[in-house]
Amino acid sequence: MSKTPVTSSRAPVPRIVWPIIALALVLGFNLLFTHGFCQIEVRDGRLYGSLIDIIDRAGPVMLVSIGMTLVIATAGIDLSVGAVMAIAGAVAAGLVAQPDYSVLSNFDVGGSFVIAAVAALLISAIAGAGNGTLVAICGVQPIVATLILMVAGRGVAQLLTSGQIITFENESFAYLGNGFLLALPVTVSIVLVVFIIVSLLTRKTALGLFVEAVGGNPVASRHAGLRSGAVKIAVYTVCGLLAGLAGLIAAADIKAADANNAGLYIELDAILAVVIGGTALTGGRFSLAGSIIGALLIQALTTTILSRGVPVEYTLVVKGAVVIAVCLLQAERFRSMFLHVVRRRT
Amino acid sequence: MIARLMRQYGTLAATAVVCALLYVIAGVRYEYFFSWRVFFAFFSDNAFLGIAAVGMTFVILSGGIDLSVGAMIGCASIIIATLVEVAGWHPAMAVLCVLVLGTLFGASMGGLIHRFALPPFIVTLAGMFLARGVGFVVHQESISIEHQFYPAILDLPAGLARAAHLSDDAAQLVGLFVQPTAVVFLLVLAVGIYLAHMTRFGRNTYAVGGSEDSALLMGLPVGRTKVQVYALSGFCSALAGAVYTLYTFSGNPTAGTMLELDAIAAVVIGGTLLTGGVGYVAGTLLGVLIFGIIQTAINFDGSLSSWWTRIAIGFLLLIFILLQRLLQRTLGNAST
Repeated sequence: MSKTPVTSSRAPVPRIVWPIIALALVLGFNLLFTHGFCQIEVRDGRLYGSLIDIIDRAGPVMLVSIGMTLVIATAGIDLSVGAVMAIAGAVAAGLVAQPDYSVLSNFDVGGSFVIAAVAALLISAIAGAGNGTLVAICGVQPIVATLILMVAGRGVAQLLTSGQIITFENESFAYLGNGFLLALPVTVSIVLVVFIIVSLLTRKTALGLFVEAVGGNPVASRHAGLRSGAVKIAVYTVCGLLAGLAGLIAAADIKAADANNAGLYIELDAILAVVIGGTALTGGRFSLAGSIIGALLIQALTTTILSRGVPVEYTLVVKGAVVIAVCLLQAERFRSMFLHVVRRRT
Repeated sequence: MIARLMRQYGTLAATAVVCALLYVIAGVRYEYFFSWRVFFAFFSDNAFLGIAAVGMTFVILSGGIDLSVGAMIGCASIIIATLVEVAGWHPAMAVLCVLVLGTLFGASMGGLIHRFALPPFIVTLAGMFLARGVGFVVHQESISIEHQFYPAILDLPAGLARAAHLSDDAAQLVGLFVQPTAVVFLLVLAVGIYLAHMTRFGRNTYAVGGSEDSALLMGLPVGRTKVQVYALSGFCSALAGAVYTLYTFSGNPTAGTMLELDAIAAVVIGGTLLTGGVGYVAGTLLGVLIFGIIQTAINFDGSLSSWWTRIAIGFLLLIFILLQRLLQRTLGNAST
């Protein structure tokens, strides 16, 4: 790994190369040293194995990081995604299960998962739009604007569940977390569909350009006739919507809505995935594929640590060390300093 | 002139008014809320939040952010507990050791941020993972501290009062009201105010937060200031961890989970702008007090669940931020 910057010194390499190298290193390490890591079993026409597991587990982070990429590309940030996940899970589970203690039992949806899911996604999108309004119209800094919902949102979710964990028995809801589609976990298809839609929208229409323009230079983009406020509200709404979707998957995974722990710290993982994927926090350029690879890298790392039999308590230490290493690799100054040292020696 | 004063102290004044209003409303609604005991408890119960928030204020004033403070509190508390209970160190030595470690930890984060131009958000996030992880590696569960030194410290104020020839009753009162944790908090606060407004370091911090480029052009030591700011925050959060052990007589690797958020919220409610360069350390005290008042009022009420604290804080944050924006806009227009 340490020699890669040398070869890259002449022609500029696309930023996405770094996370791909890191992911390849983690996977290569496992291929060599972890027994049975790359085995994929076929049972009942379904694929099982560590690799499939990584993609499946990374599902919610991947979804959230797609939305987060767009927000960060406008030079914003969304800290509230974890809280929105908790709210979405609580709303959907409460509407489906109708527990007596929850205020949601006042709204009878006849146990229909579709209505519950639509309601949850709608509320998530509204929450995102609220963030966007604070940022775009009130001119509040993104980190503060979304901090509000991050602090209050989990409280709201607990209010909806009355502080209890709402469990549910609903096949179509549970399918979202544990089902299989085309031999793969259904999460994979969801992420793929979302990724394709957002990619097409941002790369085949002018929307992506708008997002980059607003993030790159808000004043210039306004002078160019761009309604930067509308663009900002739109990206925060999409981010909220995708967080809600991730919340539904997380709830479906455990067949319960846990307002305390659903999506806890996911905002940090998602921001990390975006940064590792080569999107700068200062906005402007973005790479959706990079964020996906970043999310996969984080999950691959976690799975590796667990399957290597490293004590769980070291997980965070390793994660922290890798984050710093990847960030340093991407930092222009570190690379040039490194090159300087290497050149002097030879 | 008035506009300038309003802009300088407007948010601070608004925070003070809200703080006083909340206190009076809670005092009228709940019996015994106005007692001195409750008042002093605001300081001792929120001491570790407050100490961490003072360090956070400096980081935010410099235009950065520190997400590692909560994890640092957990890490520091469990290291102290392990050193005292497992390794048999004297608590004073253990605390000293942790303070040095915390300062070095903060300084190295600041060094990374400055030297390689990495975003503070990501570096301190990695710092949070590291600190939390190290805490779990040291010991996975909480350890209670049985050392005699701890009760001795708690008895210190009463002992001093007796030594000053106060009557036994008075000494007992002093012991009841003057909690060492609160004393540490107020000391840190006083030092913080001194550092921010009366030293070169404080001026540099404001300058760097106001505009890093200008600070650099003026020849201010931008890099050194940044490293110092994060070192100070690391020191404060390690001290907060030490106060946590004094407060609970135990060390716990999960202590301070999400506390960085509360600290940031307290700083913002206190009128410090997250863009850096504007704010007061004293405002942070008000922010922490507002936290304490809301929490205590909810405890007094009994019928409200604990999650209302978060909702109330979120709501207050919203009000304050909108108020700040409004003040900035109207006054900004008036003065130009």
